[in-house]
Amino acid sequence: METFFFAIVALVAIVSGMLVVKCRNPINSALSLIVTFFCLATFYVMLEAPFMAAIQVIVYAGAIMVLIVFVIMLLNLRTETGSRYTHAVTVGTIIGVLTLIEIVYFFSGGRSGLTGATGGLNTETIERVGHTELIGRSMFTDFLLPFEITSLLLLVAIVGAVVLAKKKI
Amino acid sequence: MVPLPYYLIVSGILFSIGTIGVLTRRNAIVIFMCVELMLNAVNLTFIAFSHELGKIDGQVFVFFIMTVAAAEAAVGLALMIAFYKNRESIDVEDVNLMKW
Repeated sequence: METFFFAIVALVAIVSGMLVVKCRNPINSALSLIVTFFCLATFYVMLEAPFMAAIQVIVYAGAIMVLIVFVIMLLNLRTETGSRYTHAVTVGTIIGVLTLIEIVYFFSGGRSGLTGATGGLNTETIERVGHTELIGRSMFTDFLLPFEITSLLLLVAIVGAVVLAKKKI
Repeated sequence: MVPLPYYLIVSGILFSIGTIGVLTRRNAIVIFMCVELMLNAVNLTFIAFSHELGKIDGQVFVFFIMTVAAAEAAVGLALMIAFYKNRESIDVEDVNLMKW
């Protein structure tokens, strides 16, 4: 049953991912991308990461995509007409397919040798402690320095966006 | 219980679609959206492995990736608006001032 549900969600995710690339109108691409993000949020719920699913919907589908749709409408972009270089399409598709073959080969051949430090996280722990608390604990103890650096990154991004949005650049 | 390779294959397919989009499209905003798609494919891999190995670290990484994506969206879209003001276009083939 769960595998069947997974198959449906995966199908929707991949089809809408293709629509992002295929649509001629940027607005349609953006809306397809939102559908893909919701499918990924569903995967996160299936992988017992409800906090990540919430963040995915709020930050990605809510904030980033609204910003992108806003810019597309602000610039009043038209549908692309024709392609000037057809070589780019051929070469790009070949490289993309090669990437896919490489990834599938790597993941299906190398999974028997999957290594890594395992932890004690399981369904029982997540339900008892709570997923948000587990992430918070990890982030403010083991990952405190990256967290602080992230705040610096966001500050730089704010300053950069303000400078770039000035009248004369 | 869906096995781990299924998630990895879906993530790989999404990543490849993103790669094709980045390499074939000419609209800078669509290229930007394809980059977001690739980032999300990687996020799915991180969370799938985190679930498989029973460690929370992968999900903290996803959190940081989302922060970087948000910063990237702010700066990237500001750049595109600045470029549009100068050139009246956001076609990547019109970005040729520093082209050799």
